Amino acid sequence: MGMTLTEKILAKAADKEKVTPGQLIDANIDIVMCVDVTTPPAISMLAEKGLDKVFDREKIVVTPDHFQPAKDIKSAELHKRLDEWAKRHKIKYYYKLGRAGVCHALLPEQGHIRPGEVIVGPDSHTCTYGAFAAFGTGVGSTDAAAAIATGQLWFKVPASEKIVLNGPLGPGVYSKDVILAVIARIGVDGALYKAMEFVGPALAEMSMESRMTITNMAIEAGAKNGIIAFDDVTKQYLDEHLKDKTDYTVYESDEDAEYIGVEEFDCSAIEPMVALPPLPSGGVPVTDCAGKEMDQVYIGSCTNGRIEDLRIAAKILRGKQAAIRTIVVPATPTIWKQAKDEGLFDIFYDAGCVIAAPTCGACLGGFMGVLAAGEKCISTTNRNFVGRMGHPKSEVYLASPATAAASAVEGKLTDPRDHL
Amino acid sequence: MSAAHVYKRDHINTDEIIPARYLNTDDEAELAKHCLEDLDKDFVNKVQAGDIIVAGEDFGCGSSREHAVWAIRGAGVQTVIAKSFARIFFRNAINNGFYVIESHDGLEKINDGDELEIDYKTGLIKNKTAGVDIEFNPLPDFALEIINDGGLLNHITKRTTD
Ligand code: SF4
Repeated sequence: MGMTLTEKILAKAADKEKVTPGQLIDANIDIVMCVDVTTPPAISMLAEKGLDKVFDREKIVVTPDHFQPAKDIKSAELHKRLDEWAKRHKIKYYYKLGRAGVCHALLPEQGHIRPGEVIVGPDSHTCTYGAFAAFGTGVGSTDAAAAIATGQLWFKVPASEKIVLNGPLGPGVYSKDVILAVIARIGVDGALYKAMEFVGPALAEMSMESRMTITNMAIEAGAKNGIIAFDDVTKQYLDEHLKDKTDYTVYESDEDAEYIGVEEFDCSAIEPMVALPPLPSGGVPVTDCAGKEMDQVYIGSCTNGRIEDLRIAAKILRGKQAAIRTIVVPATPTIWKQAKDEGLFDIFYDAGCVIAAPTCGACLGGFMGVLAAGEKCISTTNRNFVGRMGHPKSEVYLASPATAAASAVEGKLTDPRDHL
Repeated sequence: MSAAHVYKRDHINTDEIIPARYLNTDDEAELAKHCLEDLDKDFVNKVQAGDIIVAGEDFGCGSSREHAVWAIRGAGVQTVIAKSFARIFFRNAINNGFYVIESHDGLEKINDGDELEIDYKTGLIKNKTAGVDIEFNPLPDFALEIINDGGLLNHITKRTTD
């Protein structure tokens, strides 16, 4: 019996010839990703246990992002703890001030994600990195602490589920719509504890940015990781982005690898989707809910705050006016500069949008776009739980940047195909 | 006495357990004040030390914030009984030495306010109010080892000094 891509990466990380689903392993970690909300507790735990050390100062990548720049005194103190620790241990890759960005957009862009490697971080969307044929998984602060100090973590090898994406995407349909359709079908715990391996011809047509939107939301189906095989698109992205360490190993799933399930999707039949609150699995075609009035549009986050997303939104907003509060948040400083240089900011400015600095901010109800009771927001983020972006009586509708931009123009949920 | 607080719901997520607006601190006592705030505003007033939360499938889904475990533990909760747990929450609980129980029957056989007694070793919940016993599979050995050591970091320290 062969192995899946996920199993091969974990076998290599555990120095084993073969691993099988359910097996407990101690895996060597290649990269520990550290952010502001969940890493300071890890740092304090280590200090408390007399373990204040880092396993490798070049394998830890740090960026404050959730409340960046600090939104209040308490978050400033979290940043201060992170800052003092990063300096004390001479962490090589510490993105701060004007170089800090939303972690899952920043790490690939800065060349820290390589195929075949194991990346963990105290943030659930660490599964984003699977777009690069790597194993990325979110952990808690204690796990992060253990990984920081020892470079190892225990894992139960997940069974893999194959998600086959067939057919070309129609106009106005994007990878966000595809993943919302996948989660709408399988449910928020449809892939609980599993590896979601995405395959199929629809992926071949997608950029790395689009692929990251898909793996980013694997956790919204409960998965341990999402993963996509390496191809020419991956190679080209890596050639352009990897800096210090440019070598990597490419693994592929064996022909006779075992899958716990297979789900097939005809992407040509997928329409622009909106996930209705309060679960990411609440996806329906926008045609089913068009016309519902919104109060705010949010375009940003680790799901859809990359340059490609901003271009899509700008194309629709060009020469138009946003009818409601519209907040655009480029996910990293590089994206911010690119958007500015390409003239996208002029389009957003003319349309009456707010353009913010890179941060998670309102995605998690932190700051810069928090909702009042009763308000509704169409957002390009990944979660629409109760209270996610503010008051427990506010509502979040998840959609692609195109659907969000079209809805900004109309002030209500709108089919982007009417605005292409 | 350990009273049950029953929430007949699946997918109780980390945003409901501890909303992000309180994530600017990692102080357990501070977090505990807002435990389950967006699900049940009254919970923190009702809960007594040693009480138990009972819920449906996929408890703790969403973010990786360990603050969810700290808020629950900080509020004095002894354990959570759920039909199933989201992966990261489950891991965080074990890593904190916080025993959680997966039980498919719990939700059906426990009512709000029931008095429970739990034998973690044998895997038995005694519902003293209803007079029924509910069996569950105790956690696997490796998880018990971590819990008995008082969490993952103590476990690691112990392993490296052994
Ligand atoms: S952008 Fe939102 S989902 Fe992504 S890491 Fe930040 S808070 Fe989490």
